[in-house]
Amino acid sequence: MGADVLAVLPELTLLVGAVVCLLLGSWTPRGRQHRVGAVAALASLIGAGFAVVGLMDGPTSAFSGTIAIDEATGVLRLVITLALVILLVLARGEIANHPRESEVYVLLLLGADGVLLLGAATDLAVLVVAFLLASIPLYGLVGLSAGKAAPEAALKTYLVGALSGILLMLGASVLFGLIGSTAYSDLDDELSAAPSAAAVAGVVLLLTGLLFKAGAVPAHFWVPDAVQGSWITSAAFLTTVPKLGAVLALARLLDHLPSENHWVLLVAGLAAVSMTVGNLAALTQEDVRRLLAWSTISQVGYLLAVAASVTRTDQALPTLMLFVAGYAVTNLACFAVLAAEPDRLSINQWRGLARRRPVLVASLGVGLLGLVGTPPTAVFVAKLLTITVTWEADLQWLAVLVALNTVLSLAYYLRWLAACLSSPDYAEPRGNDDSSALTAPCLAAAPVAAVCAVAAVALGVVAGPVLALVG
Amino acid sequence: MLSLLVFLPVVAAALLLLPGVSDRWARWCFVGVTALETVLVVVMWVGYDSPGTGALAYEQQRSWIPGIGASYHVGLDGLSLPLVAMTCVIFAACAVFALAERQRPRLQAALFLALQTTCLGVFASADLVLFFVFFDLSIVGMYLSINGWGHGERRRSALMFFLYTFLGSLALLLGFVGLYVASDPHTFDMVALAADPPLQGSGATGVLVLGAVLLGLAVKTPTVPFHTWLPPAHTDAPAIGSVVLAGVMLKLGTYGFVRIAMTMFPDAWRDWAPVLIVVGIVSVLWGALVALAQTDLKRMIAYTSVNHMGYILIGLGAAGLLGDGSAATDEARRTAISGAVTQMVSHGLLTGALFLIAGVVWARHQDYGLDRYGGLATRAPRFATLFVLAALGSLGLPGLSGFVAELQIFAGSIATAPAVAVALLGILLMTAVMLRAVQSLLTGPVEGLSSDFTDVRTREWVPVAGLLALSVLIGLAPSFLLDVIEPAAQSVAALVGR
Repeated sequence: MGADVLAVLPELTLLVGAVVCLLLGSWTPRGRQHRVGAVAALASLIGAGFAVVGLMDGPTSAFSGTIAIDEATGVLRLVITLALVILLVLARGEIANHPRESEVYVLLLLGADGVLLLGAATDLAVLVVAFLLASIPLYGLVGLSAGKAAPEAALKTYLVGALSGILLMLGASVLFGLIGSTAYSDLDDELSAAPSAAAVAGVVLLLTGLLFKAGAVPAHFWVPDAVQGSWITSAAFLTTVPKLGAVLALARLLDHLPSENHWVLLVAGLAAVSMTVGNLAALTQEDVRRLLAWSTISQVGYLLAVAASVTRTDQALPTLMLFVAGYAVTNLACFAVLAAEPDRLSINQWRGLARRRPVLVASLGVGLLGLVGTPPTAVFVAKLLTITVTWEADLQWLAVLVALNTVLSLAYYLRWLAACLSSPDYAEPRGNDDSSALTAPCLAAAPVAAVCAVAAVALGVVAGPVLALVG
Repeated sequence: MLSLLVFLPVVAAALLLLPGVSDRWARWCFVGVTALETVLVVVMWVGYDSPGTGALAYEQQRSWIPGIGASYHVGLDGLSLPLVAMTCVIFAACAVFALAERQRPRLQAALFLALQTTCLGVFASADLVLFFVFFDLSIVGMYLSINGWGHGERRRSALMFFLYTFLGSLALLLGFVGLYVASDPHTFDMVALAADPPLQGSGATGVLVLGAVLLGLAVKTPTVPFHTWLPPAHTDAPAIGSVVLAGVMLKLGTYGFVRIAMTMFPDAWRDWAPVLIVVGIVSVLWGALVALAQTDLKRMIAYTSVNHMGYILIGLGAAGLLGDGSAATDEARRTAISGAVTQMVSHGLLTGALFLIAGVVWARHQDYGLDRYGGLATRAPRFATLFVLAALGSLGLPGLSGFVAELQIFAGSIATAPAVAVALLGILLMTAVMLRAVQSLLTGPVEGLSSDFTDVRTREWVPVAGLLALSVLIGLAPSFLLDVIEPAAQSVAALVGR
């Protein structure tokens, strides 16, 4: 038991941090809530430290094999705890002195904790618990936001989330009924003997729940509304953190399923649909928040493409983790830029910003081109590897689709960037939307964006060691 | 030394971006760094010794992403050294020409220095991932240049350029991945892939994967029918942007044909050769015919590029026709490749000069209309001399580099595929194109916008004259260049014949 507790120290740290923040927040005057944020950030940093320790200790498992503590978990912990630090900084800038400030910090910590558990779970029961722990703080985060669109966004998120949660539980029950156990390790042997219709139903239901967390088609409808309707911090959180854990959970599940063709094709098909739908929908967006939201839906399609190859090539898991890290830092860079200019909502309002804030636009440029997969950013290396592993996994059509989608995505990323670079000959009045009524420009956001942009490039340049970490 | 040559400009670019650097300083720094690069490349040329088949001079290799067999691997041979040298010369010419830049000169200098690193990087790469990284970054750099310093419908043209060439680069990437997956052990190393082509004898797979690579390179080159991005990009690009785009960046495509497509897919290249020759002939004729119909000087020069790139494709395609495999055929194939590489260098110098001249015209009246000017020979005699010389070089007059290149291409390719003689018509058409431009700009009464056309200033004629002088040097005494190219051309001919 002691060893089990030691193995999940990063998760425990976040949990303890959340409890401490909740208590501390209750006893802290509203004007001084920033110290709660500091405690939360400290907890994340300690969690990151434990994650590094865990990575060095080598792979193990905890609680009777229900949680896998391998390199993938280690990288996920590191990425999520560091992302949390960035999110906490953004949150501090955006919701300073808000009546619910400390609660937001607590929800961020708890939500991230749930995602960590989701990514590490190798047991159906733990997966269900992790899903709930990751989802419920999310509803709170979206619902706390002050804008007029927030209630609708929260309701949509909650309804889709509750439905997919139920489906996930149903899927877990069906699978339990079929194999008589909740451990992933029994899936492989038992499921091939089970009636195939029931097995397919169980797995598909389970996948639906995970797709909601990943924000992938077909459980993606909540993402654009939630991103548009909530705080930028919440939007950055919900488009970054849950996706990472959900995709890893999906890859783990697929890895344990019987090695039959149709499971791989199912995930590959979902990946193809997600990237294509996300990109096509993003093409016509005028609101940059919705644009980014649809872009994350397409990005999760690429991530799923890697996950689909996980059973067929050893290179897929390292690729997935590099993509996860690269995607997180690049996406956060874009949202940090949004937080620095919260009044600029439609693309046209970004016109001419390059003259006024060249560094900010440079960060945005790295972020957007990074999401496209322009060298030498991290996502470029990840995307190159994505094409490679999907090809190696005999999914050449998916590799071609990834390349075509990348070209497609260029159109909308560049549209935004070109607006920033153009001359400000015409600018719409800003801030005409209702949902950002309370947001003020976050002073820390521009430096955060720059740091994320630099990290996105650096991660691409040193991709070799990162890959070797999981190799 | 090679890494220094490649990365010096981007380091200088980073320093230029530091706050407090004055515009004046930035302009001269741009000139200084590019001049230093030129000196460096001359030193490297002098110290260059042909490394032989499958080896590289100035080679350097460092581990980068070992997990997928990608490394930082650079080196030069007879194919890349002339293009690296040409790149340095062209950027130096641009730097001098840009001394009068008034629109954000500091940023422009930094951007072009960074662009120089990416272009040099492509030519120096001996690893496909590294090649692709530089290849893609050069697209971003050029996009920013057209978007930021262009004129007319610059945003639209820049976007079209980006989308089109990015699509091409992704096709290229798919091809690279196909090569990688087929290789055993998996590697992206160009030397290893050329030594042991993984898709050799794989039939349709090799043909398809090469098809993806060819599509990517054909968009970049560009050849008919993938050339439609070129005229708008050139017309709306700033003068030195056009020079780099035509002079250097089009060569990234043609260089890829020789470096990657021919050596890594020998048998598939032979299958594709007839198609490539036909595409080359169509590009030659189409480019010349459309150029003949242009009323806009810059658009006209852009279409002559399509024509010139067509010659390169003909030469390289002909090198894939083994014929009876006799010694005479091998000789002819080698000559065709050598001619194609010479044409890359020659086109860079001559088209660079022509676009700088177009930049002079724009600087006077912001108008490229051929019919808006007339009688410039009397108003601006030095301008007229330079333009006539560049035009004659471009149409392939003996005594300039274009002739040396085209002579070799036709001598080599007509010997292997007599039907190529049709493309000779292209030279005739080019003569008409160039003479028409000379006539309408330079001769006749001084009229229209010519009346207050001031002659070229020092910083305008020096770079143009420098480029033309090199072209004349190659035209009159080509041996210094051909001695470098020919051993490499021989290796490529042998590799394709496998």
